[in-house]
Order: sequence, then C-alpha cells, then structure tokens
Amino acid sequence: MSYPDTWKPPSFFRSPYVRYGVMSAVIGYFVFSWLTLEADWNRALQGIPRAVDIFQRMFPPDFSRWSLLMRGVLESVQMAFAASFFGMIFAIPVGLCAANNLVPKPVYFVGRAFLGISRTFHEIIVAIFFVKIFGFGPLAGVLTLIVASFSFIGKMLAEDIENMKPGKLEAIKATGASFPKLLNYAIQPHILPRYIGVSIYRLDANIRHSTVVGIVGAGGIGQTLAASFSRYDYGFSLAILITIVSLVFIGEFFSKWIRGYLR
Amino acid sequence: MTRSELQQKYPFIWKRFTPAQTLTRYVVYAIIVFIAVWSVSNLDIPWFYFLDAHVQAGDLLTRMIPPYWPFFVNIVDPLIETLHIATLGTVFTVVLTFPVAIMSARNTTLNRFTWFIGRFILVTSRSVNTVVWGLLFVAIFGPGPVAGIFSVAARSIGFVGKLIAEAIEEIDHGTVEAIEATGANKLQILLIGVLPQVMPVILGTIIYRWDINIRESTVLGFVGAGGIGIVLYSSINLFSWDEVAVILISIFGVVLVSEYLSIKVRSRIT
Amino acid sequence: MFKITGLSKTYSGGVTALQDVDLQIDEPQVVMIIGSSGAGKSTLIRCINRLIEPTTGSVALHDIEITALGRGGLRRARRRMGMIFQEYNLVDRLTVMENVLSGRLGYVSFWQAYRRKYPSEDIAAAYELLDRVGLMEYVNQRADALSGGQRQRVGIARALMQRPDLLLVDEPTASLDPKTSRQIMRLIVELAQERGTPALVNIHDVALAQAFADRVVGLAGGTVAFDGSAEEVTDQVLTDIYGEEDWSLTIKNNGDESDEVDDEEADIARESAAG
Repeated sequence: MSYPDTWKPPSFFRSPYVRYGVMSAVIGYFVFSWLTLEADWNRALQGIPRAVDIFQRMFPPDFSRWSLLMRGVLESVQMAFAASFFGMIFAIPVGLCAANNLVPKPVYFVGRAFLGISRTFHEIIVAIFFVKIFGFGPLAGVLTLIVASFSFIGKMLAEDIENMKPGKLEAIKATGASFPKLLNYAIQPHILPRYIGVSIYRLDANIRHSTVVGIVGAGGIGQTLAASFSRYDYGFSLAILITIVSLVFIGEFFSKWIRGYLR
Repeated sequence: MTRSELQQKYPFIWKRFTPAQTLTRYVVYAIIVFIAVWSVSNLDIPWFYFLDAHVQAGDLLTRMIPPYWPFFVNIVDPLIETLHIATLGTVFTVVLTFPVAIMSARNTTLNRFTWFIGRFILVTSRSVNTVVWGLLFVAIFGPGPVAGIFSVAARSIGFVGKLIAEAIEEIDHGTVEAIEATGANKLQILLIGVLPQVMPVILGTIIYRWDINIRESTVLGFVGAGGIGIVLYSSINLFSWDEVAVILISIFGVVLVSEYLSIKVRSRIT
Repeated sequence: MFKITGLSKTYSGGVTALQDVDLQIDEPQVVMIIGSSGAGKSTLIRCINRLIEPTTGSVALHDIEITALGRGGLRRARRRMGMIFQEYNLVDRLTVMENVLSGRLGYVSFWQAYRRKYPSEDIAAAYELLDRVGLMEYVNQRADALSGGQRQRVGIARALMQRPDLLLVDEPTASLDPKTSRQIMRLIVELAQERGTPALVNIHDVALAQAFADRVVGLAGGTVAFDGSAEEVTDQVLTDIYGEEDWSLTIKNNGDESDEVDDEEADIARESAAG
C-alpha cells in the first residue's frame, strides 16, 4: 500500500479566503502606516549618532545635586504612600458599588461607569486637570494617583466580589444580617487577602507613576527629570533614571516579600 | 441548659485574636496611620483650594459643554497616528521580546549571566514609564512618531517579556525532554518543545499590551512623541475647553473600541 | 551492538542511584527492566542517552562511545535512539502528525522544522507508522484531544520515526488501564521485533514483563540483581529485587494457571482503581 508523501498542517483560519484576507490586511496596514506616518526618517537616522552623543553625555551619572534628587524622591514616595492610602479607602465604596451581585442594578451601572471613565484617561490627562484646578505641585499628583489607585483597586475588588461563589453570600443573608454585617462577615474575609495584595502592588506601581505626573508639573521626581532633560543636563538625567529604577526595584522586592509573608 | 450552666461548662471566652495578635494588629494600624499622615504632611496642601474646587470644576465643565464638534476634523489624523504608534510599537516589541524572554526564563537561558541580563532588561524597561521613555527618545530622535514608537516598545518589552518568561518557566518539562531525546538542537527544542506551550500566553499578552499602549500613546504627544497628545496639550494651553472636550470624547471612543476588541480576541484564544 | 560498562550515578544530594551497572545486548531483543521505585530504572534509561549525565562508566552503541561525545556528536547519537515516556510527553497543542514528524528533528534543519516541510520519504513513513499503530483518522487532531492509549501510540510512532538502532522505553504503561497496557506493550514488542530493533523497557508490572520479554533484568539498589530469561524469574528472584512479599499473585506461573492469574490481576486492578 502506498502512502501520501506530502502533508500540510491545518491552518489556523477556517477558509483560505479568511487567511489571505487577514494576510493582505496585515500587509496593507503596514504599507498604509508607513506611508501616512509623518515620520522624519532622516531625523530618525540622525538619531543614532545623537543617541551615542547623548549616552556619552549621560556617563558618568551626575549625582552632585544629591539633595535635589533626594527631595524629588522623597516627594514621590510620599505621593505614592498617600495615594495608596486614600486610594485603598475610596476603592471600597467604589468596588462595592460595581459588584453586580451585591448592589441593585442602577447603582451597579453608576459604579461601573465611574470605574470605566476613571480608567480610560491616562493619568497624565487627569494630572493636567488637577493641575489646572489645584495648581502645580504634589497635591495635583497625589489626587491623580488617588484616582488611578482607587479605580485599579476598585476594579479588582468588584471582580473579586463578583467571582465569589453565591453560596457564601446567601449563607450570611439567610441569617437575616443587615447589609453592613453582610459586608463584614461574608465579603470582608473573602476579599481581604487579595485586597491587601493588590494594594501593596499598587503602592509599588504608584512610585512608578509618580514619576510620570511630575512631567506636567504635578510634583515628584518626574518634575526634576523633565527639567533636567529640558536643560540638556543628561548626566543628572541618568542619575535620576538610575535612582528611579533602583527605587522601583526595591519597591518590587518589598512588595513581593510582604505579599509572600501574608500568604 | 441555662446560660449560667453553659458558662460553667464552657468557661472559655472566644476571642478572634490572641493578645499578641491584637497587639500586632494595633501596632500595624498605628504604623499605617503614621505613614499616611507623614506622607500628606509634606504636601503643603492649600486647603482653601478644596473649598472652591467644586466651583472651579463646575466652571470647567460649563466651558467644555457643548463640545466643539467641528474640531473633530483636526484630530482625525493625529488619532490615526496614535493608533499607528501603539500598533507599530507593539509589533516592534514582539520581535524584540522573544530573545529577552528566553534569556529571562531559568529553564531556557544559557547561563546565570544571560539570565541576569535578561531580568535586568525587563526590570529597567518596566521601571520607566512610557512617557519618560518618550523624554529620552525625543531627545534622541527628535519630536515625532518615531520617538513614540520606540517609547512604546521600550516599555512594553518589560511587560510582555515578564509574562512570557513566567509562562516559559511553567511549561511541562517532559515535553522538552522528549524533543531533546530525538537529537534536536537547541533552537528546534525551543520551536517545537517550548513555543507551542506558551503560544496562548504570548498572543493574549500582546493583545492586552496593545490595548494598554493605545492609552499610553494618547499622551505621548505631551513630550512631543507624536499622536493626539500634541493637539490635546495645545488645546489645553489655549484654554479651548470645548475642543478639549471633543478630544477627550474621541479618546474615550477609541479606548472603548480597542478594549472591546482586546477582550473579544483574548476570549477566543483561551 | 549495545554495551553498558560500569555505569554509576550519584546525585548531588549524595544519593547513589546506580552503582557499577553492566549490561550487554548482542542481538535484537526486548529487555524488560524490573525493580522497585528508586532502584534506579529511570536513572539508568536516562543515562543511556545522557538526559541525565552519568557520574562514571561508559555506554556504547555500535561501538560509538556515547558517554564520550560532545554536544554535536551527542545529538547525532540521540537521533539514533528512540525514547518512549510514561507520560507520553507529546506537544499537546500540535497535531498528531506534527508530533510524529518531530521524531525526525535530529535529521532536519531548523527552517524545515519551522515551515513543517519534512522530506517526502519522512511523510510517507509517518503515514505508514500512523496506519500501523491505528491512528489514521487522527492525523490532524490536536494531541491533547486523544485518550491516554492513543497518545502513547503517537509517542511510539514518534520514536520509531527516528528509525532508531535502540529503543528506550520508560514505563510506557504505568499511566494506562490494564487492557490498554497490554495492547501498548504488545504493539511496542511487535514493532521492535518487526524492525529488528533492540529495546530496553522499564516496567514495574512483572507479569506484563514476563509475558512479553525476551530477557529480564532486575535492578535493586542501583545494581543488577538478575539478568536472565522470563522463565527464570522465580519468587526468590523477586524477593531479591523487591523484598519479601507474597509473589503468587504477581508473577505468571508457567502452565494453565496463567489465564486465571491474568483475570485475577485484572480484577484486583479494577477494584483498587474503583476503591
């Protein structure tokens, strides 16, 4: 008996039309983007020698303005802690309102909409608004990060509550407990470990994000960094970047340690 | 049994926490409160701002509504540019992330040195926000979308690479053993033994990051790295709040669509 | 054709898994290796193709010193030894055909593997093997859609795709039910005999070993405690290998008690699986 001597693997796509359609769409997209992107490729090519030049100017990192650097770092860390603290607190009502197995439908929709909107816009945009209202400085930054924090933690919280087995809620409801007691006995024990874990993660993330809001003047080390770039003070920039990376690294280390400890 | 009989039989008082645990809890609470107060202390909060903040916000809102819709024509191109930055940046990331992820996974890396380098690249990439990368790349490549694409890629490598490395470390070793036993070389082992196992994670993560990158790309213009951020920045500085409203609404729409796509495709994959 | 001399393996924790093992195969035969868990069966099989590096000793296949080979030479040697695993070790997300073809990875380039463009003789051979093991309808199915017995057949086909000079089989039936176990074992032995390929088979089911073996090797405490034909395996031999036990239910006695023992064995297996 003779056997076939060719074989092709079955395609991911059901029909060859779909496959060629997708392939041509992808190629078409690349051509389209190449053409429409107003990229100054000359300038970009010049970027390579410029990059070399900048890196040369970055080394050695200039830590001489130590006190300025530390002030920025301190401010960022304070912002991160403050934002996490208040973010954790505000996340509770927001998260509770966004869980469809806990609150009536209209409340749920408002909660979800609130979460959605606060998550849509990048924190820089939010930061700009807070700067407009409250002026330059770390207050705007803290408020921005509070919004980012409670929307993040709140979403996790809502998902956690919705993923609960209905039996747990039912059991406490069946005892005739009022809503606050329901929260305390049914919800709180279930969500507490994850809530704390997520909050600690968020603390670490806030340190990272505090660098960004500074770019629009909302305080923290980001402001110092943006200023150094605009002054072409690249040695200082590298010093700041190294500090930021180390800070995040330490923060992540602590975050993992504490979360492991809690387990 | 009456209450007093019960109390005699079971004289133990149930407390949820031992005295030691209670003490620890209160100490922890005290520390947290202390940190909270300390963190806010330096902020120099102009409390009177809070008083009229709602007035300011209300004023802002009235200036934004109704949105100045004709302005939309000006933002179509920047919006498309934003999408390009996000998409091309993500594509760029995919190419770069494979070697980094392979280096960062203990079971596929060559030696401790390469593992350390891989992890170092991932941590550095993750520690610096896209916009901050934007500062650097604008200085290198000048203002424009090229800087934006590189910034998106620079940040995404850390995100995508970390998740892929974790997935690689969790694969079934038996499969790799079997492929190794056929006499395959290292590349073939990666291709046939490792890659198919982590494929769903790779695809899911890439699409997830693409969605996040769209949000990030909207603000890259603030540092000059292209996209709608430039328009947004100028409109805000010109106090043209009704134009700002149009921009924000369009951003909201774009993000909504991309999130929907992202969720849809990811649910098909897993 | 195949010779192991003085093979020893001591793990870094201090555990000595193998001590001075000698084994020689001069003609195509099916050698069943029995022994309790921890006696070194798994280590022995993996030391042969150096998935585990032996501490001392030599392994030679057709006069090629496997233990002395460098990386490239080791790969070329490995492709001449087909391995079948207890947990099948297939690539779950790939199709049956891709899994079978992966047996030829040692013979094709990276690009051929990437584009799945294997030589036509290989594809014809793959189809032939799939037909032989009875999986022709499953050619394009994903490997994780198959049952345990079917997956093991894919594993067998993959190993035989290498057209190996030696089959290394590590407890092929330990994860399978009694009936499938016999089918798989029969398949392996038949295929080895058809192709004149010697096979080393780790197995803990002594009756199964005796039913299909040309030769039985017993490992105890990392050394060879027994090396002879299936008939020579007596109660005393088993006590030497495994320790004191009532062996009447485990081994197959010569004569017509054999079917009774099989059924009894199947009963016990069924009951303990259900209980």
